[in-house]
Amino acid sequence: MRRKVIFNNKVLPYVLVAPQLAITLVFFFWPAGQAVYMSVLQQDAFGESVRFAGLANFAYVLADPDYVKALWRTAYFSVAVTALSLVPALVLAVMADRVIRGGTVYKTIVIVPYAIAPAVAGVLWLFLFNPSVGVIAYGLRAAGVPWNPTLEGAHAMILVIIAASWKHVSYAFLFFLAGLQAIPRSLLEAAAIDGASEARRFWAIVFPLLSPTTFFLLVVGVVYAFFDTFGLIHAVTAGGPAKATEILVYKVYYDGVHALDLGGSSAQSVILMAIVIALTAIQFRYIERKVHY
Amino acid sequence: MATVDALAARGAVGTPGRRRGRTDWLPHVVIWVGMLVTAFPLYLIFVASTLTPQEIAQAPMPLVPGDRLVENYSKALVTGATGRYLSPPVGRMMLNSLLMALVITFGKIVVSVLSAYAVVFFAFRLRMVFFWMIFITLMLPVEVRILPTYKVVSDLGLINSFTGLTLPLMASATATLLFRQFFLTIPDELVEAAKMDGAGPMRFFRDVVLPLSRTNIAALFVILFIYGWNQYLWPLLITTSNSMDTIVIGIKKMIGTGDALTDWHTVMATTMLAILPPVVVVVLMQRAFIRGLVETEK
Repeated sequence: MRRKVIFNNKVLPYVLVAPQLAITLVFFFWPAGQAVYMSVLQQDAFGESVRFAGLANFAYVLADPDYVKALWRTAYFSVAVTALSLVPALVLAVMADRVIRGGTVYKTIVIVPYAIAPAVAGVLWLFLFNPSVGVIAYGLRAAGVPWNPTLEGAHAMILVIIAASWKHVSYAFLFFLAGLQAIPRSLLEAAAIDGASEARRFWAIVFPLLSPTTFFLLVVGVVYAFFDTFGLIHAVTAGGPAKATEILVYKVYYDGVHALDLGGSSAQSVILMAIVIALTAIQFRYIERKVHY
Repeated sequence: MATVDALAARGAVGTPGRRRGRTDWLPHVVIWVGMLVTAFPLYLIFVASTLTPQEIAQAPMPLVPGDRLVENYSKALVTGATGRYLSPPVGRMMLNSLLMALVITFGKIVVSVLSAYAVVFFAFRLRMVFFWMIFITLMLPVEVRILPTYKVVSDLGLINSFTGLTLPLMASATATLLFRQFFLTIPDELVEAAKMDGAGPMRFFRDVVLPLSRTNIAALFVILFIYGWNQYLWPLLITTSNSMDTIVIGIKKMIGTGDALTDWHTVMATTMLAILPPVVVVVLMQRAFIRGLVETEK
């Protein structure tokens, strides 16, 4: 799209885009190019010898059982977080859409977690689930559950999934609510007059009309679980115990910054980039087409 | 039709979901549960931040606030954590976070409003190339290019500097897209009138475009302030000296491995202090925020 009426300056537009472009080139494109470049090189940790390795780094990464495990772990982590945030968000939004009085108060409280950093949300749940001082951990032990996320991988995973989902509900809630409020009342009234039950109205009208929103939120949820939860994992479990919560983005960080495996870490970066690009492409394709019935 | 009247009498007709006169208790119950799940953890954090270490250590800790509110918070704000990690005072960390958040927010808004203005209101060579270059950055979050970005910043000598902490985060595809979308809706007549009055592009930008963009800027302010305040990975990579710690990083350093040695009452007071500023911003600017969020992302 372009405007019909525009200004005719020759130099000014370049000056105006220059800051954005400079930052983009120096801090986005150059490093991304470096990641691709480094991913086909093999060098020792001191950077003294470098040689071209072709796709060896990728072959190595993809054959590494730790990487494959991290890949699956990331997959179920993101499915769990997306489901556990979208389903409650949808239920809450449908209910909030139905009440008029007190609606603003509900909304205000439900959106609070959006403002909380993932790492801080993690610390909050870490405290509640802490085996020695946590209130929830105490309740679990009283109920006979031998709860210990610092030793049990599965417990640690449950902890980070709860923290990540709790924080993300508010975001999905706002989008579902906006989507619901955009549905014409007349459609629902017509269905009600035709005798459609409440449940029938939801599944036959509301849910299909919400599908673009739902689809958008599915993609955003996966992106959130893949990338934005880095701080949460780093602060709460540091990928442990015994790598039980090491998701892909944490592994890139650990292998690059702590294990100094530059080639391997870069290859992982490139794989992650491919995943983001694919997700974004899917998102835009569907938004263009508008998933509708 | 008789059936319609019968249905209406049973309350099935009317504005669906928004009927009056009949108490519809289900939504209220569900919403109360939702609010409880959201707010109760926050309440417990607050309670813990007002207790003595002994009270927290006796499991389970009390569920009503203690009397150490002032002590715990002033100790955190002025002294910070003691023990393994000699943190700067939390007051200092909050200042670091605030500065970082404001500079990132301000920088992102300025940089993106200017480039969106150029892309929309001028015709120039490479216009679409530039636009796509900005757009593509959506697909390159810091998380996927950790090491090379660190290397660029370190080659520029910006490690442990405030510039290094903020400048690389100032490019924003989302903000640029939002402004572009909005600028496309500004009527041509306004531009023509301005031209006829002899106003140049910068004059038009200052006197017409910026004032019209007020609500967009307000919405972006909320979203970007939260984005800036909550940064984690970037400060973790770029800052090594404790004096530059932001509050989010500070909390992480305070809990260490989260074992029994953790100074939980200070950590919880710090957690409350880390949560407060972004929450206040969101709650106070709720309307602008919700509109902006739903619009930016679509």
